[in-house]
Amino acid sequence: MSATREIISSGNELAAIASVDAGCMFFGGYPLTPSSEVMHVISDLLPKIGGAAIQMEDEIAGVAAAIGAGMSGVRTLTATSGPGISLKAENLGLAQMCEVPLVVINVMRGGPSTGLPTRVSQGDVAQAKNPSHGDYKSITVCAGNLAECYTETVRAFNLADRFMQPVFVLLDETIGHMHAKAEIPTVEAVKAGIVPRKTFDGAPEDYLPYGVEQDQPAVLNPMFTGYRYHYTGLHHDGSGFPTEEIETCRKLIDRLFQKVEKYQDEIELNEEYMVDDADILIIGYGSASLAIKEAINMLRKDGIKVGMFRPITLWPSPEARMHELGQKFDKVLSVELNQGQYLEEVQRSMGRLDIAKLTKTNGRPFSPKDIIEKVKEL
Amino acid sequence: MAFNYDNYLRVEKMPTLWCWGCGDGIILKSFIRAVEKIGWEKDDVCIVSGIGCSGRFSSYVDFNTVHTTHGRTIAFATGIKLANPDKHVVCVAGDGDGLAIGGNHTIHGCRRNIDMTMILINNFIYGLTNSQTSPTTPQGMWTVSQKAGNIDPTFDACELAIAAGASFVGRETVNSPKKMEKIMLQAMEHKGFSFLDIQSNCHINLGRKNKMQSAMQNLDWIDSITVSKKKYDAMSPEEQLNLFPTGILKQDTEVREYCDMYEDIKKVQQGERKPITQDEFAKKI
Repeated sequence: MSATREIISSGNELAAIASVDAGCMFFGGYPLTPSSEVMHVISDLLPKIGGAAIQMEDEIAGVAAAIGAGMSGVRTLTATSGPGISLKAENLGLAQMCEVPLVVINVMRGGPSTGLPTRVSQGDVAQAKNPSHGDYKSITVCAGNLAECYTETVRAFNLADRFMQPVFVLLDETIGHMHAKAEIPTVEAVKAGIVPRKTFDGAPEDYLPYGVEQDQPAVLNPMFTGYRYHYTGLHHDGSGFPTEEIETCRKLIDRLFQKVEKYQDEIELNEEYMVDDADILIIGYGSASLAIKEAINMLRKDGIKVGMFRPITLWPSPEARMHELGQKFDKVLSVELNQGQYLEEVQRSMGRLDIAKLTKTNGRPFSPKDIIEKVKEL
Repeated sequence: MAFNYDNYLRVEKMPTLWCWGCGDGIILKSFIRAVEKIGWEKDDVCIVSGIGCSGRFSSYVDFNTVHTTHGRTIAFATGIKLANPDKHVVCVAGDGDGLAIGGNHTIHGCRRNIDMTMILINNFIYGLTNSQTSPTTPQGMWTVSQKAGNIDPTFDACELAIAAGASFVGRETVNSPKKMEKIMLQAMEHKGFSFLDIQSNCHINLGRKNKMQSAMQNLDWIDSITVSKKKYDAMSPEEQLNLFPTGILKQDTEVREYCDMYEDIKKVQQGERKPITQDEFAKKI
């Protein structure tokens, strides 16, 4: 266990502080409720350490500036909510294709469209899997409590540099605006855990940024260091230049999947709460998990043994573990603040359709009472 | 001795995908000559392009190069520049790229006055995608999306850049490669956002259907719609109609550059100076 400290803060503020502690030096964004506090805080913090934060003219420009900075070699962040992700989607696809590391914080609010700007939802879980057109393998983590707004943001920066692609951090309005005491790692512990992106230090003429093994991410040296290469959203070969050569195109997109799939154990993170002796399994994540835990504690007082499986990494999903749990439990309940976006993933992983669901899309968080009532119906 | 362009080209990427007689090659050559004159180290330069024929510009030059999404050139470039304020950033965009889908970024790049040069290659048409109307397509011309004649009013890119606050605005055409080289050099030397409307020919996808089948006819037409700023200024408003002045149209060295101002923000946040007041920004009108 690494050294910790206590801090009284909000989820959004913790995500901003975590970014700076994790070595982020650039923020590009646009105001969007309920995520704006991330920008408010980081635009104060970054200039203090010689970094830069800029509020751009729109969401598209916000993520573009962040990706531009990432291309130049610095750790970079953007933050928004669902409507902003919809606008950023095309450029997120460019970052997937060019393999530019970037952390994208999405503080989820009610949708679709303008929806419920100041109220909670988990409606962007499916969007986080495939925000842009085309094929790629997303990485998405989801904070389930205040401390994780910090720790998962730090982890996202390390994953982005390890896998050379955008990483989503999903918060939701409840967690983002929650204000309380959190126990988080010390700055020293975070700094000690930073693994910067790989670089190539051979002769520039031998440098092939995308000429890597099929299960490896691109090796992108910082700009302006003597390795002059080319970024393009077109299909490209090992050198990074456009190509339509059949085998090269196949291998490129295959590699975008394989670099993540083969190392899923480095990405996957779950919490299992009172699962071992349980008769009923609840699957939930994000702020919903707080109500689920409370409900489990109350149900157990009545002698009803319930446990919770909480994916912290939502994408790629913990399909193997969910499959195992699907074999073990007859009664499985999926709880989420949407109409069942992750339920489909639970059904697919467990290989069965008889999963009970509790959903809510009226902008209000779950109360433990909602969950207790549902469990008693099962 | 003949000028050696190869030093700045990715020679192995030649020939370009641009059509025979396309003005983009002339622009590429003028740009290279201007960079040679300014003397920037290749490692210190980043060229950012968008989507379209102009988008391929970045892949042919031997700098740090980025081929981005349609219209977003300036937004990406802003991130690169602000994260690396001591480096040189040049944007290359087309007329559809920079004025239609990316118009908002052009406006705000100009307004912010961040130190970079935007070369707008303006061929009055969506060339790569076969002749759709662009914001600079003259009214009345045939386009594949307006076969009865374009009814959309024609944009003056430089008027837009001036109004939006770019501190250096100029225009040249592929008919004058030497003048183009000179204005590119002046734009890149200028500290702040410099905007260049570089008018080019697309005889293939604009000319063929508009009585300019050959590059020469298209170039003659460009010649007929452009006039030096000096001559333009001496004309009556009626004479100026449908003409574009060339040369430096605006140069303001007083207005502060964005990255420079951001250095002040860093000093304020680091407690080295007092917060910036409105008075400091108050400029003589």
